[in-house]
Amino acid sequence: MDVKPYRSVCDIDMVFDTRSGRFQALKGVSLDVARGDYISIIGHSGCGKSTLLNIVAGLTDATSGGILLDGREVKGPGPDRAVVFQNHSLLPWLTAYQNVRLAVDKVFGASRSATERDEWTRHNLALVNMDHALMKRPGEISGGMKQRVGIARALAMEPKVLLLDEPFGALDALTRAQLQDTVMDIHARLGNTVIMITHDVDEAVLLSDRIVMMTNGPAATIGQIHKVEIPRPRRRVNIGDHPGYGPARAAVMQFLYDRQAA
Amino acid sequence: MATRAFEIVNASEDEDRVVPMPKAGDPRPAAGRAVNSDIPPEEMDLPRGWPDTAPQWLQDGLEKTVQVVALPAITFLVVLLAWHMVQSTVAPDFPTIGAAWDKAVEVFSEPFADYGPNDKGIGWQVLYSLGRVGAGFGLAVLVGLPAGFLIGASKTFERAWMPLIQILRPVSPLAWLPIGLLLFKAVDPSAIFVIFITSIWPIILNTAMGVRSIPADYTNVARVLNLNRFELVTRIFVPSTLPYILTGMQLSLSVAWMVIVAAEMLTGGIGIGFYIWDEWNNLSVPSIIVAILVIGLVGIALEAVMTMVRRRFDYRVN
Repeated sequence: MDVKPYRSVCDIDMVFDTRSGRFQALKGVSLDVARGDYISIIGHSGCGKSTLLNIVAGLTDATSGGILLDGREVKGPGPDRAVVFQNHSLLPWLTAYQNVRLAVDKVFGASRSATERDEWTRHNLALVNMDHALMKRPGEISGGMKQRVGIARALAMEPKVLLLDEPFGALDALTRAQLQDTVMDIHARLGNTVIMITHDVDEAVLLSDRIVMMTNGPAATIGQIHKVEIPRPRRRVNIGDHPGYGPARAAVMQFLYDRQAA
Repeated sequence: MATRAFEIVNASEDEDRVVPMPKAGDPRPAAGRAVNSDIPPEEMDLPRGWPDTAPQWLQDGLEKTVQVVALPAITFLVVLLAWHMVQSTVAPDFPTIGAAWDKAVEVFSEPFADYGPNDKGIGWQVLYSLGRVGAGFGLAVLVGLPAGFLIGASKTFERAWMPLIQILRPVSPLAWLPIGLLLFKAVDPSAIFVIFITSIWPIILNTAMGVRSIPADYTNVARVLNLNRFELVTRIFVPSTLPYILTGMQLSLSVAWMVIVAAEMLTGGIGIGFYIWDEWNNLSVPSIIVAILVIGLVGIALEAVMTMVRRRFDYRVN
Protein backbone atom coordinates (compact mmCIF):
# COMPACT_ATOMS: atom_id res chain seq x y z
CA MET A 1 0.00 0.00 0.00
CA ASP A 2 1.54 3.25 -1.07
CA VAL A 3 0.11 5.99 1.11
CA LYS A 4 1.51 9.46 0.69
CA PRO A 5 2.14 10.84 4.18
CA TYR A 6 -0.48 13.41 5.07
CA ARG A 7 1.80 15.13 7.41
CA SER A 8 5.51 14.78 7.89
CA VAL A 9 7.65 15.93 10.72
CA CYS A 10 11.05 16.20 9.07
CA ASP A 11 14.33 15.95 10.90
CA ILE A 12 13.38 18.30 13.70
CA ASP A 13 16.18 19.62 15.88
CA MET A 14 15.39 21.78 18.85
CA VAL A 15 18.18 23.59 20.63
CA PHE A 16 17.53 25.99 23.46
CA ASP A 17 20.05 28.64 24.37
CA THR A 18 20.00 28.57 28.13
CA ARG A 19 21.96 30.38 30.76
CA SER A 20 24.13 27.32 31.25
CA GLY A 21 24.86 26.97 27.56
CA ARG A 22 23.13 25.31 24.65
CA PHE A 23 20.67 22.57 25.47
CA GLN A 24 19.63 20.24 22.71
CA ALA A 25 16.12 19.08 23.52
CA LEU A 26 15.26 17.25 20.31
CA LYS A 27 17.55 15.72 17.73
CA GLY A 28 16.55 14.43 14.33
CA VAL A 29 12.91 13.71 15.02
CA SER A 30 11.15 12.53 11.86
CA LEU A 31 7.65 11.15 11.62
CA ASP A 32 5.17 10.51 8.83
CA VAL A 33 1.49 10.55 9.65
CA ALA A 34 -1.22 9.28 7.31
CA ARG A 35 -4.65 10.91 7.03
CA GLY A 36 -6.97 9.63 9.71
CA ASP A 37 -4.10 8.23 11.79
CA TYR A 38 -4.29 8.40 15.55
CA ILE A 39 -0.73 8.79 16.81
CA SER A 40 0.33 8.84 20.44
CA ILE A 41 3.65 10.23 21.51
CA ILE A 42 4.76 8.76 24.81
CA GLY A 43 7.86 9.25 26.88
CA HIS A 44 9.12 10.18 30.29
CA SER A 45 8.67 13.67 31.66
CA GLY A 46 11.14 16.12 30.22
CA CYS A 47 11.79 14.07 27.10
CA GLY A 48 10.63 16.93 24.91
CA LYS A 49 7.31 15.50 23.78
CA SER A 50 5.49 18.73 24.61
CA THR A 51 8.21 20.69 22.82
CA LEU A 52 7.66 18.47 19.79
CA LEU A 53 3.91 19.09 19.89
CA ASN A 54 4.46 22.83 20.22
CA ILE A 55 6.72 22.71 17.17
CA VAL A 56 4.10 20.78 15.22
CA ALA A 57 1.47 23.28 16.38
CA GLY A 58 3.74 26.11 15.29
CA LEU A 59 3.76 27.68 18.75
CA THR A 60 7.51 27.09 18.96
CA ASP A 61 9.94 27.33 16.05
CA ALA A 62 12.27 24.42 15.53
CA THR A 63 15.96 25.24 15.43
CA SER A 64 16.18 23.25 12.23
CA GLY A 65 13.87 20.98 10.28
CA GLY A 66 10.28 21.56 9.33
CA ILE A 67 6.71 20.37 9.19
CA LEU A 68 4.93 19.34 6.00
CA LEU A 69 1.16 19.25 6.02
CA ASP A 70 -0.67 17.97 2.98
CA GLY A 71 2.48 18.48 0.93
CA ARG A 72 3.07 22.08 2.03
CA GLU A 73 5.46 23.35 4.63
CA VAL A 74 3.70 25.04 7.52
CA LYS A 75 5.16 27.87 9.52
CA GLY A 76 3.63 29.42 12.62
CA PRO A 77 0.47 28.33 14.36
CA GLY A 78 -2.91 28.09 12.68
CA PRO A 79 -6.39 26.62 13.00
CA ASP A 80 -5.46 23.80 10.59
CA ARG A 81 -3.59 22.35 13.56
CA ALA A 82 -5.99 22.90 16.43
CA VAL A 83 -4.57 22.21 19.87
CA VAL A 84 -6.36 20.85 22.90
CA PHE A 85 -4.22 22.09 25.76
CA GLN A 86 -3.64 20.12 28.91
CA ASN A 87 -5.25 22.74 31.11
CA HIS A 88 -8.17 23.40 28.77
CA SER A 89 -7.13 27.04 28.15
CA LEU A 90 -10.68 28.31 27.87
CA LEU A 91 -11.10 32.05 28.14
CA PRO A 92 -12.71 32.49 31.56
CA TRP A 93 -14.71 35.59 30.63
CA LEU A 94 -16.54 33.75 27.84
CA THR A 95 -19.23 31.10 28.16
CA ALA A 96 -18.70 27.61 26.77
CA TYR A 97 -20.66 28.64 23.67
CA GLN A 98 -18.71 31.87 23.24
CA ASN A 99 -15.38 30.08 23.60
CA VAL A 100 -16.24 27.75 20.73
CA ARG A 101 -17.98 30.49 18.78
CA LEU A 102 -14.84 32.66 18.88
CA ALA A 103 -12.95 29.89 17.09
CA VAL A 104 -15.81 29.26 14.65
CA ASP A 105 -16.13 32.96 13.82
CA LYS A 106 -12.41 33.22 13.26
CA VAL A 107 -12.14 30.17 10.97
CA PHE A 108 -15.47 30.38 9.15
CA GLY A 109 -16.29 34.08 9.50
CA ALA A 110 -15.90 34.64 5.79
CA SER A 111 -17.27 31.38 4.43
CA ARG A 112 -20.37 30.72 6.53
CA SER A 113 -23.40 32.79 7.56
CA ALA A 114 -24.02 33.71 11.19
CA THR A 115 -26.80 31.12 11.42
CA GLU A 116 -24.55 28.41 10.06
CA ARG A 117 -21.81 29.36 12.48
CA ASP A 118 -24.27 29.29 15.38
CA GLU A 119 -25.44 25.82 14.35
CA TRP A 120 -21.88 24.60 13.87
CA THR A 121 -20.93 25.86 17.35
CA ARG A 122 -23.88 24.08 18.93
CA HIS A 123 -23.23 20.96 16.86
CA ASN A 124 -19.65 20.67 18.11
CA LEU A 125 -20.63 21.25 21.72
CA ALA A 126 -23.25 18.54 21.28
CA LEU A 127 -20.55 16.19 19.94
CA VAL A 128 -18.78 16.34 23.30
CA ASN A 129 -22.08 16.22 25.22
CA MET A 130 -21.88 19.78 26.42
CA ASP A 131 -25.05 21.11 24.82
CA HIS A 132 -26.65 21.40 28.26
CA ALA A 133 -24.15 23.97 29.53
CA LEU A 134 -23.77 26.36 26.60
CA MET A 135 -24.13 29.49 28.68
CA LYS A 136 -21.90 28.40 31.58
CA ARG A 137 -18.56 30.05 32.09
CA PRO A 138 -15.46 27.90 32.66
CA GLY A 139 -15.46 28.82 36.34
CA GLU A 140 -18.88 27.24 36.72
CA ILE A 141 -18.16 23.81 35.23
CA SER A 142 -15.96 20.86 36.25
CA GLY A 143 -12.49 20.11 34.90
CA GLY A 144 -13.79 17.33 32.66
CA MET A 145 -16.48 19.60 31.23
CA LYS A 146 -13.91 22.32 30.56
CA GLN A 147 -11.77 19.83 28.67
CA ARG A 148 -14.84 18.79 26.66
CA VAL A 149 -15.39 22.39 25.65
CA GLY A 150 -11.70 22.64 24.77
CA ILE A 151 -12.08 19.58 22.52
CA ALA A 152 -15.24 21.04 20.97
CA ARG A 153 -13.38 24.26 20.24
CA ALA A 154 -10.57 22.37 18.53
CA LEU A 155 -12.96 20.16 16.55
CA ALA A 156 -15.02 23.17 15.46
CA MET A 157 -12.00 24.56 13.60
CA GLU A 158 -12.15 21.50 11.31
CA PRO A 159 -8.40 21.10 11.67
CA LYS A 160 -6.38 18.97 9.29
CA VAL A 161 -4.63 17.63 12.36
CA LEU A 162 -5.93 17.63 15.89
CA LEU A 163 -3.16 18.04 18.46
CA LEU A 164 -3.87 16.84 21.98
CA ASP A 165 -1.34 17.84 24.65
CA GLU A 166 -1.91 15.42 27.52
CA PRO A 167 -5.59 16.29 27.26
CA PHE A 168 -6.75 13.99 30.04
CA GLY A 169 -3.75 14.35 32.34
CA ALA A 170 -5.41 16.65 34.86
CA LEU A 171 -8.63 14.63 35.16
CA ASP A 172 -9.73 11.95 37.58
CA ALA A 173 -9.78 8.36 36.32
CA LEU A 174 -13.53 8.10 35.67
CA THR A 175 -13.75 11.42 33.86
CA ARG A 176 -10.66 10.52 31.89
CA ALA A 177 -12.24 7.26 30.74
CA GLN A 178 -15.40 9.07 29.67
CA LEU A 179 -13.45 11.63 27.69
CA GLN A 180 -11.26 8.98 26.07
CA ASP A 181 -14.42 7.26 24.89
CA THR A 182 -15.75 10.58 23.58
CA VAL A 183 -12.54 11.24 21.65
CA MET A 184 -12.48 7.67 20.31
CA ASP A 185 -16.09 8.02 19.20
CA ILE A 186 -15.42 11.35 17.48
CA HIS A 187 -12.32 9.95 15.78
CA ALA A 188 -14.39 7.03 14.49
CA ARG A 189 -17.14 9.29 13.19
CA LEU A 190 -15.10 12.11 11.70
CA GLY A 191 -11.86 10.33 10.82
CA ASN A 192 -9.64 13.14 12.13
CA THR A 193 -5.90 12.91 12.05
CA VAL A 194 -4.81 13.07 15.67
CA ILE A 195 -1.46 13.47 17.39
CA MET A 196 -1.70 13.03 21.14
CA ILE A 197 0.92 13.50 23.81
CA THR A 198 0.44 11.17 26.74
CA HIS A 199 2.32 9.49 29.54
CA ASP A 200 -0.37 6.88 30.11
CA VAL A 201 0.42 3.52 28.50
CA ASP A 202 -3.15 2.19 28.61
CA GLU A 203 -4.48 5.39 27.11
CA ALA A 204 -1.95 5.17 24.28
CA VAL A 205 -2.85 1.54 23.52
CA LEU A 206 -6.59 2.14 23.71
CA LEU A 207 -6.67 5.15 21.42
CA SER A 208 -3.76 4.93 19.00
CA ASP A 209 -3.04 3.37 15.66
CA ARG A 210 0.65 3.90 16.29
CA ILE A 211 2.54 4.66 19.46
CA VAL A 212 5.65 6.78 19.07
CA MET A 213 8.08 6.29 21.92
CA MET A 214 10.55 9.05 22.70
CA THR A 215 13.96 8.48 24.23
CA ASN A 216 14.98 10.47 27.27
CA GLY A 217 16.49 13.89 26.77
CA PRO A 218 18.72 15.69 26.23
CA ALA A 219 18.78 15.26 22.47
CA ALA A 220 15.64 13.18 22.65
CA THR A 221 14.49 11.43 19.53
CA ILE A 222 12.07 8.73 18.45
CA GLY A 223 13.27 5.47 19.92
CA GLN A 224 10.66 3.09 18.59
CA ILE A 225 7.26 3.08 16.90
CA HIS A 226 4.74 0.39 17.67
CA LYS A 227 1.72 -0.26 15.46
CA VAL A 228 -1.27 -1.23 17.58
CA GLU A 229 -2.87 -4.22 15.85
CA ILE A 230 -6.32 -3.93 17.36
CA PRO A 231 -9.23 -3.34 14.97
CA ARG A 232 -11.65 -0.50 15.55
CA PRO A 233 -14.15 0.08 17.00
CA ARG A 234 -12.39 -0.67 20.25
CA ARG A 235 -14.09 -0.95 23.62
CA ARG A 236 -12.28 -0.38 26.83
CA VAL A 237 -14.07 -3.21 28.63
CA ASN A 238 -12.80 -5.99 26.38
CA ILE A 239 -9.77 -4.52 24.68
CA GLY A 240 -7.54 -6.51 27.00
CA ASP A 241 -8.83 -9.77 25.47
CA HIS A 242 -7.56 -8.91 22.01
CA PRO A 243 -4.30 -10.62 20.95
CA GLY A 244 -2.89 -7.27 19.80
CA TYR A 245 -3.25 -5.72 23.24
CA GLY A 246 -0.59 -7.61 25.16
CA PRO A 247 2.24 -7.03 22.68
CA ALA A 248 1.41 -3.32 22.35
CA ARG A 249 1.38 -2.78 26.06
CA ALA A 250 4.50 -4.89 26.58
CA ALA A 251 6.39 -3.01 23.87
CA VAL A 252 5.68 0.35 25.44
CA MET A 253 6.31 -0.85 28.98
CA GLN A 254 9.59 -2.45 28.00
CA PHE A 255 10.70 0.68 26.18
CA LEU A 256 9.77 3.03 29.00
CA TYR A 257 10.92 1.02 31.98
CA ASP A 258 13.72 -1.22 30.68
CA ARG A 259 15.41 0.68 27.91
CA GLN A 260 14.61 4.24 28.96
CA ALA A 261 14.28 3.84 32.70
CA ALA A 262 14.22 7.37 34.04
CA MET B 1 -44.36 33.82 58.01
CA ALA B 2 -44.87 37.41 59.01
CA THR B 3 -47.50 36.56 61.59
CA ARG B 4 -45.32 33.92 63.08
CA ALA B 5 -42.41 36.28 63.49
CA PHE B 6 -44.76 38.71 65.17
CA GLU B 7 -46.01 36.10 67.58
CA ILE B 8 -42.55 34.99 68.52
CA VAL B 9 -41.34 38.48 69.16
CA ASN B 10 -44.40 39.11 71.27
CA ALA B 11 -43.89 35.96 73.22
CA SER B 12 -40.39 36.98 74.16
CA GLU B 13 -41.37 40.51 75.01
CA ASP B 14 -44.44 39.71 77.07
CA GLU B 15 -43.01 36.81 78.95
CA ASP B 16 -39.79 38.18 80.25
CA ARG B 17 -38.62 35.12 82.03
CA VAL B 18 -36.46 32.05 81.79
CA VAL B 19 -37.75 29.54 79.30
CA PRO B 20 -38.28 26.24 81.11
CA MET B 21 -36.38 23.30 79.67
CA PRO B 22 -38.67 20.46 78.73
CA LYS B 23 -37.76 17.19 80.37
CA ALA B 24 -37.16 14.18 78.17
CA GLY B 25 -40.45 12.60 77.29
CA ASP B 26 -42.41 15.61 78.48
CA PRO B 27 -45.26 15.94 76.00
CA ARG B 28 -45.87 19.58 76.81
CA PRO B 29 -44.00 22.00 74.62
CA ALA B 30 -41.78 24.55 76.30
CA ALA B 31 -43.62 27.75 77.07
CA GLY B 32 -41.46 29.91 74.88
CA ARG B 33 -42.15 27.67 71.94
CA ALA B 34 -45.86 27.26 72.41
CA VAL B 35 -46.56 29.50 69.46
CA ASN B 36 -44.49 27.34 67.14
CA SER B 37 -46.97 24.54 66.91
CA ASP B 38 -45.77 23.65 63.43
CA ILE B 39 -42.27 22.70 64.53
CA PRO B 40 -41.65 19.01 63.81
CA PRO B 41 -41.74 16.77 66.91
CA GLU B 42 -38.10 15.68 66.67
CA GLU B 43 -37.05 19.28 67.08
CA MET B 44 -39.46 19.73 69.97
CA ASP B 45 -37.52 17.13 71.94
CA LEU B 46 -34.38 19.19 71.81
CA PRO B 47 -33.97 21.07 75.07
CA ARG B 48 -33.61 24.50 73.55
CA GLY B 49 -35.38 27.73 74.28
CA TRP B 50 -36.08 30.73 72.11
CA PRO B 51 -34.45 31.97 69.89
CA ASP B 52 -33.02 28.63 68.81
CA THR B 53 -36.44 27.39 67.88
CA ALA B 54 -37.24 30.53 65.90
CA PRO B 55 -37.28 29.99 62.16
CA GLN B 56 -33.84 29.97 60.59
CA TRP B 57 -34.41 33.12 58.51
CA LEU B 58 -35.36 35.05 61.62
CA GLN B 59 -32.31 33.81 63.52
CA ASP B 60 -30.09 34.74 60.59
CA GLY B 61 -31.81 38.09 60.33
CA LEU B 62 -31.29 38.80 64.00
CA GLU B 63 -27.65 37.78 63.85
CA LYS B 64 -27.12 40.00 60.82
CA THR B 65 -28.86 42.91 62.47
CA VAL B 66 -26.67 42.56 65.53
CA GLN B 67 -23.52 42.41 63.41
CA VAL B 68 -24.38 45.09 60.88
CA VAL B 69 -26.30 47.57 63.00
CA ALA B 70 -25.71 46.99 66.69
CA LEU B 71 -21.92 46.61 66.72
CA PRO B 72 -21.20 49.73 64.65
CA ALA B 73 -23.79 51.63 66.68
CA ILE B 74 -21.92 50.76 69.85
CA THR B 75 -18.68 52.05 68.33
CA PHE B 76 -20.33 55.31 67.31
CA LEU B 77 -21.75 55.73 70.79
CA VAL B 78 -18.34 55.11 72.38
CA VAL B 79 -16.75 57.72 70.10
CA LEU B 80 -19.48 60.24 70.84
CA LEU B 81 -19.06 59.58 74.54
CA ALA B 82 -15.30 60.08 74.29
CA TRP B 83 -15.90 63.28 72.32
CA HIS B 84 -18.23 64.54 75.00
CA MET B 85 -15.86 63.67 77.84
CA VAL B 86 -12.78 65.15 76.17
CA GLN B 87 -14.70 68.26 75.21
CA SER B 88 -16.15 68.84 78.66
CA THR B 89 -12.83 68.29 80.45
CA VAL B 90 -9.57 68.96 78.61
CA ALA B 91 -10.66 70.63 75.35
CA PRO B 92 -13.35 73.20 76.01
CA ASP B 93 -12.53 74.94 72.69
CA PHE B 94 -13.70 71.90 70.82
CA PRO B 95 -17.35 72.18 69.70
CA THR B 96 -19.93 70.24 71.63
CA ILE B 97 -21.86 67.42 70.00
CA GLY B 98 -24.92 69.65 70.12
CA ALA B 99 -23.13 72.45 68.27
CA ALA B 100 -21.97 70.05 65.58
CA TRP B 101 -25.46 68.64 65.29
CA ASP B 102 -27.01 72.08 64.95
CA LYS B 103 -24.44 72.92 62.27
CA ALA B 104 -25.23 69.69 60.42
CA VAL B 105 -28.94 70.50 60.47
CA GLU B 106 -28.21 73.98 59.18
CA VAL B 107 -25.83 72.80 56.45
CA PHE B 108 -28.07 70.01 55.23
CA SER B 109 -31.23 72.13 55.30
CA GLU B 110 -30.11 73.84 52.10
CA PRO B 111 -27.15 71.92 50.66
CA PHE B 112 -27.54 73.61 47.28
CA ALA B 113 -27.87 77.16 48.54
CA ASP B 114 -26.10 79.73 46.36
CA TYR B 115 -25.42 83.13 47.89
CA GLY B 116 -22.75 84.26 45.48
CA PRO B 117 -19.36 82.79 44.61
CA ASN B 118 -18.07 82.73 48.17
CA ASP B 119 -21.12 81.28 49.88
CA LYS B 120 -22.38 78.10 48.31
CA GLY B 121 -24.05 75.12 50.00
CA ILE B 122 -22.05 72.00 50.87
CA GLY B 123 -23.71 70.11 48.01
CA TRP B 124 -22.11 72.50 45.51
CA GLN B 125 -18.76 72.22 47.24
CA VAL B 126 -18.87 68.42 46.96
CA LEU B 127 -20.01 68.56 43.33
CA TYR B 128 -17.16 70.89 42.34
CA SER B 129 -14.65 68.62 44.04
CA LEU B 130 -16.18 65.55 42.41
CA GLY B 131 -16.02 67.35 39.07
CA ARG B 132 -12.27 67.92 39.44
CA VAL B 133 -11.70 64.35 40.58
CA GLY B 134 -13.76 63.10 37.64
CA ALA B 135 -11.83 65.20 35.14
CA GLY B 136 -8.37 64.33 36.50
CA PHE B 137 -9.28 60.68 36.93
CA GLY B 138 -10.81 60.48 33.46
CA LEU B 139 -7.70 61.96 31.87
CA ALA B 140 -5.55 59.54 33.86
CA VAL B 141 -7.60 56.62 32.53
CA LEU B 142 -7.29 57.92 28.96
CA VAL B 143 -3.50 58.22 29.23
CA GLY B 144 -2.82 55.45 31.75
CA LEU B 145 -4.56 52.56 30.00
CA PRO B 146 -2.62 52.77 26.72
CA ALA B 147 0.57 53.51 28.64
CA GLY B 148 -0.01 50.53 30.91
CA PHE B 149 -0.72 48.27 27.93
CA LEU B 150 2.48 49.34 26.19
CA ILE B 151 4.60 48.95 29.31
CA GLY B 152 3.03 45.58 30.10
CA ALA B 153 3.28 44.23 26.57
CA SER B 154 6.69 45.49 25.52
CA LYS B 155 9.93 44.91 27.39
CA THR B 156 11.41 47.90 25.56
CA PHE B 157 8.71 50.23 26.83
CA GLU B 158 9.00 48.77 30.29
CA ARG B 159 12.76 49.33 30.39
CA ALA B 160 12.37 52.83 29.01
CA TRP B 161 9.62 54.06 31.31
CA MET B 162 9.66 52.12 34.55
CA PRO B 163 12.64 53.92 36.15
CA LEU B 164 10.96 57.30 35.65
CA ILE B 165 7.66 55.99 36.96
CA GLN B 166 9.40 54.46 39.98
CA ILE B 167 10.96 57.83 40.81
CA LEU B 168 7.75 59.86 40.38
CA ARG B 169 5.29 57.43 41.94
CA PRO B 170 6.25 57.94 45.62
CA VAL B 171 6.10 61.74 45.29
CA SER B 172 3.12 63.33 46.99
CA PRO B 173 0.85 64.55 44.20
CA LEU B 174 0.62 67.90 45.97
CA ALA B 175 4.25 68.56 45.08
CA TRP B 176 3.02 68.90 41.52
CA LEU B 177 0.62 71.70 42.37
CA PRO B 178 3.13 74.54 41.84
CA ILE B 179 4.10 72.98 38.50
CA GLY B 180 0.43 72.92 37.57
CA LEU B 181 -0.06 76.54 38.60
CA LEU B 182 2.99 77.53 36.60
CA LEU B 183 1.85 75.61 33.54
CA PHE B 184 -1.84 76.48 33.54
CA LYS B 185 -1.86 79.82 35.35
CA ALA B 186 -5.26 78.90 36.73
CA VAL B 187 -6.55 77.13 39.80
CA ASP B 188 -9.02 74.66 38.31
CA PRO B 189 -6.75 73.00 35.74
CA SER B 190 -3.99 72.85 38.36
CA ALA B 191 -6.19 70.89 40.75
CA ILE B 192 -7.26 68.61 37.90
CA PHE B 193 -3.59 68.18 37.01
CA VAL B 194 -2.80 67.10 40.57
CA ILE B 195 -5.61 64.53 40.48
CA PHE B 196 -4.35 63.32 37.11
CA ILE B 197 -0.88 62.76 38.59
CA THR B 198 -2.44 61.03 41.62
CA SER B 199 -4.54 58.67 39.56
CA ILE B 200 -2.21 57.78 36.76
CA TRP B 201 0.39 55.65 38.59
CA PRO B 202 -1.91 52.95 39.97
CA ILE B 203 -3.70 52.78 36.62
CA ILE B 204 -0.48 52.38 34.63
CA LEU B 205 1.08 49.91 37.05
CA ASN B 206 -2.00 47.74 37.48
CA THR B 207 -2.73 47.67 33.77
CA ALA B 208 0.88 46.73 33.03
CA MET B 209 0.76 44.02 35.66
CA GLY B 210 -2.51 42.74 34.20
CA VAL B 211 -1.02 42.54 30.73
CA ARG B 212 2.07 40.78 32.07
CA SER B 213 -0.10 38.28 33.93
CA ILE B 214 -2.02 37.19 30.85
CA PRO B 215 -1.47 33.43 30.93
CA ALA B 216 0.56 32.04 28.03
CA ASP B 217 -2.40 29.70 27.48
CA TYR B 218 -4.58 32.58 26.32
CA THR B 219 -1.99 33.92 23.92
CA ASN B 220 -1.39 30.39 22.62
CA VAL B 221 -5.12 30.09 21.96
CA ALA B 222 -4.98 33.42 20.16
CA ARG B 223 -2.06 32.22 18.06
CA VAL B 224 -3.72 28.94 17.12
CA LEU B 225 -6.81 30.93 16.10
CA ASN B 226 -4.59 33.32 14.13
CA LEU B 227 -6.14 36.35 15.82
CA ASN B 228 -4.83 39.56 14.32
CA ARG B 229 -3.37 42.34 16.44
CA PHE B 230 -6.68 44.16 16.89
CA GLU B 231 -8.53 40.97 17.84
CA LEU B 232 -5.70 39.98 20.15
CA VAL B 233 -6.13 43.24 22.06
CA THR B 234 -9.94 43.33 22.09
CA ARG B 235 -10.69 39.62 22.52
CA ILE B 236 -7.82 38.55 24.80
CA PHE B 237 -5.78 41.42 26.28
CA VAL B 238 -8.59 43.73 27.39
CA PRO B 239 -10.94 41.17 28.93
CA SER B 240 -8.07 39.35 30.61
CA THR B 241 -6.61 42.58 31.99
CA LEU B 242 -9.91 44.18 32.95
CA PRO B 243 -9.92 42.99 36.58
CA TYR B 244 -6.46 44.49 37.11
CA ILE B 245 -7.46 47.73 35.38
CA LEU B 246 -10.54 48.06 37.59
CA THR B 247 -8.47 47.41 40.71
CA GLY B 248 -6.10 50.17 39.64
CA MET B 249 -9.00 52.50 38.97
CA GLN B 250 -10.54 51.79 42.35
CA LEU B 251 -7.22 52.47 44.09
CA SER B 252 -6.59 55.72 42.28
CA LEU B 253 -10.13 56.98 42.69
CA SER B 254 -10.06 56.58 46.46
CA VAL B 255 -6.66 58.26 46.72
CA ALA B 256 -7.80 61.01 44.34
CA TRP B 257 -10.72 61.77 46.63
CA MET B 258 -8.30 62.16 49.53
CA VAL B 259 -5.88 64.33 47.56
CA ILE B 260 -8.51 66.72 46.21
CA VAL B 261 -9.28 67.93 49.73
CA ALA B 262 -5.66 68.90 50.31
CA ALA B 263 -5.25 70.35 46.82
CA GLU B 264 -8.31 72.56 47.23
CA MET B 265 -7.10 73.82 50.58
CA LEU B 266 -4.11 75.19 48.70
CA THR B 267 -5.86 76.41 45.57
CA GLY B 268 -8.88 78.05 47.19
CA GLY B 269 -11.99 78.94 45.23
CA ILE B 270 -14.74 76.42 45.65
CA GLY B 271 -14.73 72.78 46.64
CA ILE B 272 -15.01 70.73 49.79
CA GLY B 273 -11.29 71.13 50.59
CA PHE B 274 -11.43 74.88 50.42
CA TYR B 275 -14.70 74.80 52.34
CA ILE B 276 -12.84 73.23 55.27
CA TRP B 277 -10.05 75.80 55.04
CA ASP B 278 -12.56 78.63 54.78
CA GLU B 279 -14.49 77.43 57.82
CA TRP B 280 -11.20 77.17 59.74
CA ASN B 281 -10.55 80.81 58.92
CA ASN B 282 -14.06 81.57 60.14
CA LEU B 283 -13.24 79.51 63.24
CA SER B 284 -16.34 77.43 62.56
CA VAL B 285 -15.08 74.04 63.70
CA PRO B 286 -18.56 72.44 63.71
CA SER B 287 -18.69 73.04 59.95
CA ILE B 288 -15.35 71.22 59.60
CA ILE B 289 -16.67 68.23 61.52
CA VAL B 290 -19.71 68.12 59.25
CA ALA B 291 -17.46 68.42 56.19
CA ILE B 292 -15.25 65.54 57.39
CA LEU B 293 -18.32 63.32 57.70
CA VAL B 294 -19.52 64.37 54.25
CA ILE B 295 -16.11 63.61 52.72
CA GLY B 296 -16.16 60.19 54.34
CA LEU B 297 -19.64 59.41 53.08
CA VAL B 298 -18.82 60.54 49.54
CA GLY B 299 -15.69 58.37 49.70
CA ILE B 300 -17.81 55.38 50.66
CA ALA B 301 -20.16 56.14 47.78
CA LEU B 302 -17.28 56.31 45.28
CA GLU B 303 -15.92 53.03 46.58
CA ALA B 304 -19.36 51.44 46.29
CA VAL B 305 -19.74 52.58 42.69
CA MET B 306 -16.33 51.14 41.77
CA THR B 307 -17.15 47.89 43.55
CA MET B 308 -20.37 47.66 41.55
CA VAL B 309 -18.47 48.24 38.32
CA ARG B 310 -15.96 45.56 39.27
CA ARG B 311 -18.70 43.10 40.14
CA ARG B 312 -20.17 43.68 36.73
CA PHE B 313 -16.97 43.24 34.72
CA ASP B 314 -14.65 41.04 36.77
CA TYR B 315 -15.06 37.44 35.62
CA ARG B 316 -13.24 36.29 38.76
CA VAL B 317 -15.83 37.83 41.09
CA ASN B 318 -18.79 36.26 39.32
